[in-house]
Amino acid sequence: MNITKLKKQDIYWYLFIIILIIIPLIPFVANNSFFQHILILVLLFAGMSQSWNIIGGYAGQVSFGHSVFFGIGAYGAGMAVVKYGIAPWPGILIGAISASVVAVIIGYPCFKLKGHYFAIATFAIVEIFNRLFMVWYWVEGALGLDYPMVEVGWKNFIWYNTKIPYYYGALILFIVIFGVVRWIEKNRFGYYLAAVREDQEAAESIGINSTMVKLTAMAISAFLAALCGAFFVQYNFRVDPPMVMSLSMSMTFVLVTILGGAGTILGPLMGALILIPLQEYSRALWGGFGGGIDLIIFGIIIVVVVVRQPKGIMGIISDIKKYSQRNKKINFDTRKEKEGE
Amino acid sequence: MTMFFQVAIDGLLMGMVYALVASGLSLIWGVMDVINFAHGEFLMVAMYVSYWLGFLMKVDPIVSWIASGAFCFILGAITYRLIIRQCLGGPALSALLATFGLSMILKNICLNRFSPNYRLLTGTLLDGKKILLGDLIFPLPQLITGLSALAIVFIIFYIIKRTRLGWAIQATAMDKEAAELMGIKTDWIFAFVFGLGGACVGIAGGLMPSYLAVHPEVGGLFSLIAFIAVAMGGFGSIPGALLAALFIGLIEAFGGFYIAPVFKYVVVFGLYIVVVMFKPKGLFGW
Repeated sequence: MNITKLKKQDIYWYLFIIILIIIPLIPFVANNSFFQHILILVLLFAGMSQSWNIIGGYAGQVSFGHSVFFGIGAYGAGMAVVKYGIAPWPGILIGAISASVVAVIIGYPCFKLKGHYFAIATFAIVEIFNRLFMVWYWVEGALGLDYPMVEVGWKNFIWYNTKIPYYYGALILFIVIFGVVRWIEKNRFGYYLAAVREDQEAAESIGINSTMVKLTAMAISAFLAALCGAFFVQYNFRVDPPMVMSLSMSMTFVLVTILGGAGTILGPLMGALILIPLQEYSRALWGGFGGGIDLIIFGIIIVVVVVRQPKGIMGIISDIKKYSQRNKKINFDTRKEKEGE
Repeated sequence: MTMFFQVAIDGLLMGMVYALVASGLSLIWGVMDVINFAHGEFLMVAMYVSYWLGFLMKVDPIVSWIASGAFCFILGAITYRLIIRQCLGGPALSALLATFGLSMILKNICLNRFSPNYRLLTGTLLDGKKILLGDLIFPLPQLITGLSALAIVFIIFYIIKRTRLGWAIQATAMDKEAAELMGIKTDWIFAFVFGLGGACVGIAGGLMPSYLAVHPEVGGLFSLIAFIAVAMGGFGSIPGALLAALFIGLIEAFGGFYIAPVFKYVVVFGLYIVVVMFKPKGLFGW
């Protein structure tokens, strides 16, 4: 039994390596910039949702405040380029670190709350940050930051006439975030998170400092979300508060993860793979029919998926697995009966 | 000093509307442990119903709130049958996400049909009328809306506390299985409660188009305020939601007047965070 399981694991690894080789070659095969745009968005949103997954999936704290960290990361890069006229890298680092600090500061009071109370407190925090950034003159308030024309290349992480480097940037970001989450999942820390998620009192009784664990998870999560924000602004050439620090952006983090399957390593990727192309293609196909048709269809899909399978796409996959296994079992049973005859 | 009382009056009148919206949410939350994310969109739909009745058929908002309340009652009951019922056994978040999907659908249907323009119902019965009390001004549309909202909150509180239906609702909220064993049709109770929650915002929305412009995004802020009022008031407590909503209305008005209009929601949300830091289950929660 053990040997077959190990082999299965090996097959998954080979499959993983093959995919790893194929993925970087995709943009050369499909030389269509809309398709490349979708690929970039899928990788970006998979990374974003994976960063949310640390706190929302593994630690079970459903935060709707991640657009704040995303926005701080975006503003970090944006301020470096627009206000100081330098390469975005120091801004990205400062943005990510300050996102972590902000995460700890707002996490400390909020982690006293449970369930819906926590969710609503994080809603409130998004609104506070949104409105503060709207009137903060140093970051250009509601006008937002518009990128000037700068030299293209990796130094400034800006390209104007090709999307392929962005694709590799998103891929690197995606791999880094998935690596971190994978490491957390297998590390002692991951088990701490799971213990806190399943039963906080029990976890505390065996000596886990639940607040510390949650704060660390929040800080890591915010750091990674801020990196995604920085990538987003480098890709978009523009940032303003409603674009990055809004409830709808926060909902994107949550939706992609939940629809994919929260608390699983592949969930966010699955969610992004399904949701983002759906969103972009429905916008391209039906957006012309007048405002909102694409979003109506998108909303209907969200409702149907959530109602039918609340565990998301990973839940659907495990359903299929169970179904096929049940069929196997039935075959096995009938064979046994026949042998008995 | 006149200014102070005038600001307080405006805040309280807004707070009464928030109270009605919040008590609808509080009912649903208390009985089903579900956050209805589409609550603000119900309000928006109700405002459109009232607006179109007023615009096309010249029905005054004083009357058309009945229609919009009934409409939202049916909308709520249908939402429960189609969406919420399937989510109840599942993870805590699924109902919230499903209603988020619903809010997207409702918002964009209205956007698609009615365009994103701001629409205000003019020439209504109470339009521009006001009561003067010394130096203080009571604008009549707001006053009527606020007082009706307050009255309906009290009616709902009475229904919950004093009628057999209300006892059935309370029993269902406390223990669903036990209530079923006592012969309460909990499924119907849930549908009724969701409808009642919808009717609350329906009535609030029906009364408002004469002084608050209707547009597809109008609900977002109201649902946020309602979330905060309910969480501040405490889980499923209607008096708590009422007091918290009045408090929020006052804070909003004073913050907007004495600090700066742009900061009024920062003050409201910041104060909420401070309150829940000390009372994690809200002011009246347990």
